[in-house]
Parts: sequence; C-alpha cells; structure tokens
Amino acid sequence: MDTSITLTVDGSEHTLDVDTRTTLLDALRERIGATAPKKGCDHGQCGSCTVLLEGRRHLTCLALAVAHDGDEIVTAAGLTGSAADPASRGEDALHPVQQAFLDHDGYQCGYCTPGQICSAVGVLDEAKQGHPSHVTDDLEVGGDVELTDEEIRERMSGNLCRCGAYVGILDAVRQAAGQTPGRGVDPARHTHDHETEGAR
Amino acid sequence: MKELTYVRADDAASAVATVSADPHARFLGGGTNLVDHLKLGVATPSTLVDVSRLPLDTVEVLEGDRGGLRIGANVRNSDLAAHPVVRSTFPALSRSLLAGASGQIRNQATTGGNLLQRTRCVYFQDVTTPCNKREPGSGCSALEGYGRYNAILGTSADCVATHPSDMAVGLAALDADVVVLGPDGERRVPLADLHRLPGHHPEDDTTLAHGELITAVELRGSELTRHSTYYKARDRASYAFALVSVAGALELDGDVVRDVRIAWGGVAHKPWRATVAEQALRGEVYSEDAVRAAAAEELRAAETGDDNAFKVAMVRNATALVMHQLASKQQHPQQGGTR
Repeated sequence: MDTSITLTVDGSEHTLDVDTRTTLLDALRERIGATAPKKGCDHGQCGSCTVLLEGRRHLTCLALAVAHDGDEIVTAAGLTGSAADPASRGEDALHPVQQAFLDHDGYQCGYCTPGQICSAVGVLDEAKQGHPSHVTDDLEVGGDVELTDEEIRERMSGNLCRCGAYVGILDAVRQAAGQTPGRGVDPARHTHDHETEGAR
Repeated sequence: MKELTYVRADDAASAVATVSADPHARFLGGGTNLVDHLKLGVATPSTLVDVSRLPLDTVEVLEGDRGGLRIGANVRNSDLAAHPVVRSTFPALSRSLLAGASGQIRNQATTGGNLLQRTRCVYFQDVTTPCNKREPGSGCSALEGYGRYNAILGTSADCVATHPSDMAVGLAALDADVVVLGPDGERRVPLADLHRLPGHHPEDDTTLAHGELITAVELRGSELTRHSTYYKARDRASYAFALVSVAGALELDGDVVRDVRIAWGGVAHKPWRATVAEQALRGEVYSEDAVRAAAAEELRAAETGDDNAFKVAMVRNATALVMHQLASKQQHPQQGGTR
C-alpha cells in the first residue's frame, strides 16, 4: 500500500509516495537522498541512523516513514550554518558540535559520526532542560545538568563506534558542552600537540 | 516484511473499534519494538493503527497532597523520567526509566508501548527456531539452549522468557494502576495483574483482550513511594537489558519496617512482586540479614539451569543493596543521592 507523505529534511520540503513498510531511514537515504544518517545494525542497537526529529534525537531505523508524515527532520548534514538561524543551514559555518568532533578527532572511519553528532546535539539540549540520566546522583536537583565525563558516557551510550574513537568523542562533547577539555587537542590551534597538555 | 495497511487513529475509541474488529490489526505506538518485529518477521499484522499521535501525552497531577499522577499512554519515556513530580515522589519510576534503553529510544518510546514490549529472548526473535511464544506448540528452544537471560520464577515447561521492561518493574513496586479502554468502555487493571505467567499460553503476554488500548497509568504518592529506588545489574554499564533488577520502596519507623515494596525484573515472565519477602519484612526490625532472609524465602520457589543459576544470588544481593540504600537514607538523611 502506497501513501503520500511530506517530510521537511534539513530545511527542504519533500512530498513522496512511500510503501507503508518503508522505514524513515530508507525514505531519507533511498528516496530523498539524505545520506547523512547511516544504516548500521538496522535494529536500534547502534545509533548510526540518529537524526533530530521535531528537535529531539531519534532513531530512524525503528520508525515507519508513513508515521512521520508532516514531521521536521534535521540530519547531521543539516546542522551546518548557524544553529540559531535555520535559514543559514547548509552554509559553510560548522555547528559547534561538528567543529568539536573535528577538533578532537571524534571519529576514525566516520560511519557512526553523523549519528554521534546528532545524538550529541540532543544530549546538550536535554542537559540544558535539566533531564536526569542513569548516573545523575540526586534526582531532585533540577536545572542545568553538569555534563561530567560520566554523564557524557552514559548519555551517549546509544551510539556505538566500531573504531573505538570514544576518547575523542568524549572530548568533543565536553568541548561542545562548554566544559574545559581536560585532555585532547586545543581547538584554537587545530593541531595534535599533546605534549603541551600539562602546561595548560 | 508483509504488506500492511496503515491508519492514523483520529481518537482512542475509533482506534479500539478498528483493532477489535480485525484479529490481524495491531496498535502502533513509538514503534521501537514493533517496527523491529515487522522486519524480523516476528509480527505480521495486516493493519497498523497508529495511536502515537492521540492526545494522551500529558502527565496530570491528581488532586490531594500526596501528589498522585495520571500519566498519558503517549508520554515519552524521557519526558516521564524528567517530570518533577516523578523525580520527587516516585523516584523508582524515574530510575527504572533511565536504566532502560538509550536516550534516542527513550525519546521515542511511549509509556503504553513500554508496558507492552515483548521479551528479548533470542529464540523469540529468531523465526528459524521453535518458540511457543511466537508460534504456539512449536516448542521452547531456550530450555536447552542459551539460558543466561532465562526466568527463574513462575516458569512453565512451555516458556522461560523474561519480561524486558525496567519501567514496569518500577511501576509494580509503586502499586500503579493501568487504565484500559475497550469496546465496552474503560477499566482499571492493577499493574501486577497486567502481565501474566506463561503457563500453557506463553503467546499471551498480558491479560488484555485483543483491541484493548492502554490510555493511562495512575499512581498514588505516599511516604513509601518517596523512599523508592531501582537497581539494575547488566552485562555492560549502559544500554543493555537486565540480568536482574530490583525496584524497592521502604518506610521505616525508627528501626522497624513500617511498609515495604519489592519488585524484581529479569527473573520472570512478568514484573515479579516479591510479596513473600515483603510480608516477611513488614513489622520486623530492619537489618541486612532480615532482607536477605526474606529474599531467600521468596526465592525458595526458584528453578534454575546452568546458565542462569547466578540470578538467585544476584537478585538476593541486589535486593539487600536497594534496601540498604533506602534504609540509610532514612537513618542518615543528610547523605544525598539514591543511585
């Protein structure tokens, strides 16, 4: 059974006929050509298909496209440009989370990276809204959550990296969260000068 | 995947009417489990009635000073865990939700769907193997196969699967009620009676009739629910199903147990209310030994195999840990944290 749906993807509206069995991931990649979200496990276990759906991080492999008729989706590719200005999406300026992944080598092969980046954007937003996590010690302390390393690891646990770039990913999210990067690379110099770590 | 018709429900009553009238129709919520089952061939509905956009997405604070809640079935797991009243009055619910799945999945998964998710028994999800739950009468592969996640309480010769939800274990300890809409109107089911033991019909996870729709979950707050928490033991630190889990609530009067709730996950076909252990503790002087003895009494009925015998000691120890956390917080209220 085919159904007509409309999806807004990275600021552009797409109307397409989909078989009701088509996942949102397949609609994005195979029909619309939005290939930033990746098909990893296709069973909700790896997070590589993560996008921002109606502003929140969301898997696309465990969602039927037809169930998301009318929804707005931002992929990792659509974060480029000013985060505060949706009209500038697609322009050259990198989103702070994208820049942080570059600065800290938050990837090796890059396959999981678009999912990691969308997930990290979601983590920052959830922390700002005061959402607790499994490792939050006191549930009754509301407000902005301090993203410690333990909090970042727990909150990013839905995104697997087969290359094991977790140390760089942790540094990248820490930088994007505005916490002092404790180790890793100084983004201003954009070099890999680990020797000077102790001096800072 | 089998061809299927998709319908976006206009209202709860018409969704119930549509599914009730068609034995091959199913409700679709957040889809995190059902869409996977469509791909695996575990679920083969002809029609999906999408109830995820019905306006059942609010948490209502009920009248009275105890902070009761009516949680709409479409409230997402992440939003429920973050709700201020859940955090303050029902911490076991926040903790159990946050112990489950990943951030993405919690944004997608609904309260009703979480309750109705199906076992992650590897044989249930593998259509090439016999499984009485998936195909009644075909046999149980888990009895002689990989058994690390198998149940130890309330099993039958037909099924040793465990219920996978963390949230349901938290709700079981909090004496939640489930509000269900059927063709003949609304009814309330105590959470402890929503899921069933496998017996000869492991294909039925719950006591709901086909076409009945969960519309809400209700909770009543008390001193007991305020002193509640959840502990989950698993094979990795995050994003894994429970080996065992414990939701507990404890109210002390000096050293005496005024009231207590204990529910276990990962040990049975349903969230297991440890009523024998609760009864043994109520009115007694609190001590770790007393908790261990009470848990051991509940576990006397446990049946294990080589792969899952560890669960007996693990759930007893986890229960002692949870009760110790809750007791020390009341005996030494200055120390924060319930994790």
